[in-house]
Amino acid sequence: MINLNLHVNGANKIMNKTVLSRTVFALLSLGLIAAVQAETVFITLEKDNALAVVDPGSGKLIKTVDIGQRPRGITISPDHKFLYVATSDDNTIKIIDAETIKEVGRLPSGDDPETFAINPSGDRLYVSNEDDSLVTVIDIDQKKVVKQIKVGVEPEGITVSPDNQWVVSASETTNMVHWIDTKTNAIVDNTLVDPRPRALSFTADSRQLWVTSEMAGSLMVLDVKSRQLVKTVKFAVQGVSADKIQPVGIIIDNDNKRGYVALGSANRVAVINAQTFEVEKYVLVGQRVWNLAFSPDQKRLYTTNGSSNDISIIDLETQTATKSVGVGTYPWGVIVKP
Amino acid sequence: MRTINFSLHAMFNLLFIIHVLGFNFVYADVKQRIEVAYLSQEQKVPQALSNLDVFIKDKGVPGAELAIDDNNTTGQFTGQQFALKKFIVPLDGNVSETFNKDIVDHYSYIIVNLPAGQINNLADMAAAKQKLFFDVSTVDDVLRNEQCRSNVLHVLPSRSMRADALAQYMMKKRWTKWFLVIGANEEDRLFAEAIRRSAKRFGMKIVQEKTWEHTYDARRTEQSEVAVFTQVDDYDVLVVADEQGHFGEYLEYRSWNARLVMGTQGLITSAWHPTHEQWGAVQLQNRFKDKTGRWMEEQDYAGYLAVRAIGEAATRTQSNEVTRLKDYMLSPAFALQGYKGNPLSFRSWDGQLRQPVLLAAPRSLVAVAPIEGFLHPKTELDTLGYDQPESACKWSQ
Repeated sequence: MINLNLHVNGANKIMNKTVLSRTVFALLSLGLIAAVQAETVFITLEKDNALAVVDPGSGKLIKTVDIGQRPRGITISPDHKFLYVATSDDNTIKIIDAETIKEVGRLPSGDDPETFAINPSGDRLYVSNEDDSLVTVIDIDQKKVVKQIKVGVEPEGITVSPDNQWVVSASETTNMVHWIDTKTNAIVDNTLVDPRPRALSFTADSRQLWVTSEMAGSLMVLDVKSRQLVKTVKFAVQGVSADKIQPVGIIIDNDNKRGYVALGSANRVAVINAQTFEVEKYVLVGQRVWNLAFSPDQKRLYTTNGSSNDISIIDLETQTATKSVGVGTYPWGVIVKP
Repeated sequence: MRTINFSLHAMFNLLFIIHVLGFNFVYADVKQRIEVAYLSQEQKVPQALSNLDVFIKDKGVPGAELAIDDNNTTGQFTGQQFALKKFIVPLDGNVSETFNKDIVDHYSYIIVNLPAGQINNLADMAAAKQKLFFDVSTVDDVLRNEQCRSNVLHVLPSRSMRADALAQYMMKKRWTKWFLVIGANEEDRLFAEAIRRSAKRFGMKIVQEKTWEHTYDARRTEQSEVAVFTQVDDYDVLVVADEQGHFGEYLEYRSWNARLVMGTQGLITSAWHPTHEQWGAVQLQNRFKDKTGRWMEEQDYAGYLAVRAIGEAATRTQSNEVTRLKDYMLSPAFALQGYKGNPLSFRSWDGQLRQPVLLAAPRSLVAVAPIEGFLHPKTELDTLGYDQPESACKWSQ
C-alpha cells in the first residue's frame, strides 16, 4: 500500500502536493484503522452471563454483550470468523459471529459444557462433559455429535495436538490424562498424573504435552511418543503458601522458548523456560488467575483473573503486567481475534 | 454357567487377539477388588424444631456410593474394582454382633457412621487391629486425642477445628467479646469446651457464660425468656452451643441487645454446605443431587471422602492391601481432592483429615477457614484444631 502511493511521480507540483497530502491522509487513516482494528480480546464472564469485548491497545472495555447462562470455555475458528462459547447452564455451545457478536447457531455439546478444544482444520470440536464423565466429539459443519467417549471423573482440560493426531482429555478426580486418537475417536492410552489436573497444552511441534496439577502445584511435561512423564516442575513463590499455588491455565509460545502457567490463588503467572524447564519469573497479576491467551504476535499475554474481576495484560519482553482492565464478574475464558 | 464360561473364554481370546495386533489395553482387566463395608445403626427420629428440617435416614450412604462410582470410573483404566456393602443395624440391634458376624472376615476397610461411644468398641477388638476404620460421623476431640486409635481415621472436622474456624473469623472481624450460651446436653458442654479453648488460643474474651435451662417450646421461649436470658454485660457476639438444635434458633432476633449469633446456629461451621460452590464444588453438588434428589449433607461428604481416600490410595499404590494403603494415606504424598481449594490429607499424629472448614449462613457462604492471615510453618490448615505439639494422641501401635 505504502509503496504504491509513494511511487506516484510528480510531474505537476500542485498535483503532486495533492497526491502527497492524500497519501498522508491515506496513511493516517490506515494508521487509525489499524489502531481500531487491532486485535480484540473476548472474555467470558461466568457470573454476568456475558461476553466482555476489550480493546487491548487502549486498555478499555469496549462493551459487554449478553451471551447466555454461565459462559465459560471460549475459542475461535481458525479463520477467525466465529467464536464458540460454552454456555454451561444452557447446555450448549453457541456459535457467535466474531464481527457482529451475534449468535448464528448452536452446537449439541451434551450437558454442562465447560472446556472444549477445536482441531487445527476447524471442523471438529471436542467437549468435556464434566458431570457425565464424557468427551463429546462434534462435527461443526453438520452441527452433529459424532461420538461420545467415556473418560475419567470430571474431565476438564482438553486439547488437540497441532499435528491433529491426538485429543487429550484430563479428568480432575481420576487424575489421568486420556489419549484419544483423532482418527478413531477412541482412547488409546491413559497416563496417571498429579492430583487434579486442570489444563493441558501441546508444544507447537506436538512432541510434548504440558499438564498442570492444581493440587500438587506442579507442571508435568509428558513425552508424546512414550506418553510418559519426563519432567515435573514444582512452583514455589516466596511469601505465598504452597496451598495457594494452584496452577490452571497453560500456554506455550510457537518457538518453544517459553511456556506460561497461571497459578490461580497465588495471583501470578509463572514464566518457564521451555528448554531447561526452569521457572524464570513469577509475574504478579490479578486475583485467582485462571486462563491465558497470547496476542497474535505473541508479544503480550492476556490473563483472566476470576476474583478481581479483571484481565491483566503482560508485556512478554519485559515480563511485567503493564495494565489491568476491569471486565465484569468471574472472568473465565479469554480468546484473541487478530 | 457353561455359556458364561464360554463367552468369557471367547472374550479373552478376542482381547488376546487385540493385544497381539498391537492395540494398547485401554480399559484394563480387573486385577484387584477393593471391598468396603459401611456400618451404621438406625436412629430414632429426633424431635423436629421446624418443618423445614426433614429427617434424612440415610445420611452418609449416598456419599459413599457416589465415591464408589467415581473410584470405578478410574478403576476401569487401572484394573481396580470397588464395591460397597451396607450394614445398617436396626434400632434394637447390636453393632458389635453385626461386625463380628458379617464384617470381620470379609472386609479390611470399614466406614463407620456411629455415635462416638461405639467406635472404639469396634476398633479395640482383637480382630479389628488389621482393619482400617473411617469415622464419618463424630466430631469428638477426645477420640482424636487421649482416646485415639491407630486403626481409626476421622473424616469430619473436630469440634476444636470448628471452634478455631469461628474464632479466626471473629478475630478478623474484631468481635472479641463473646457471650457463650450452652445447652444442657453433654455434646453442648463439649462444644463449649472447644469454644473456650479457641478463645484462649486466639486471645478472645468470653465475657459471660450461661446454660440454657428453659423450655424448648417456641411459643414460650421466643419473646419473653430469650430477652430476659440475654440481659448480660455487653458483648460482640453470642456464641451458642446447641448441637441438637433444641433452642439455638430462637436466640437470633430475640436477644436483648442487637447482636449476631454464631456457633451451632446462626453462622455455623461445616465440612460441607449447600451454599458452597467454589473450587469445582458445584460439580460434586450437582452429581450428588442428580443421584439422590437432595442436598449433600456433611456426613455424605465424609462418606464420599472416605471412599475416595481409599480409591486415591489404591490408584497410586496399585494395591488393595490395607497396610500399604494406610501407609500411603498417612504419608506426605497423599493429596485428596475435596472441592475446597486445598488438597486434603490425614494428620499423621491423630488420623484427623486436614481440611478447610466452611462458615455458612443459611443462604450464603460467609467465609472459608483457615482465614487469610493465620499462618503456619507447614500448612495453614493446621491452624485449625489440635496441632502436632498440642496433641494428646499417642498412637498405640
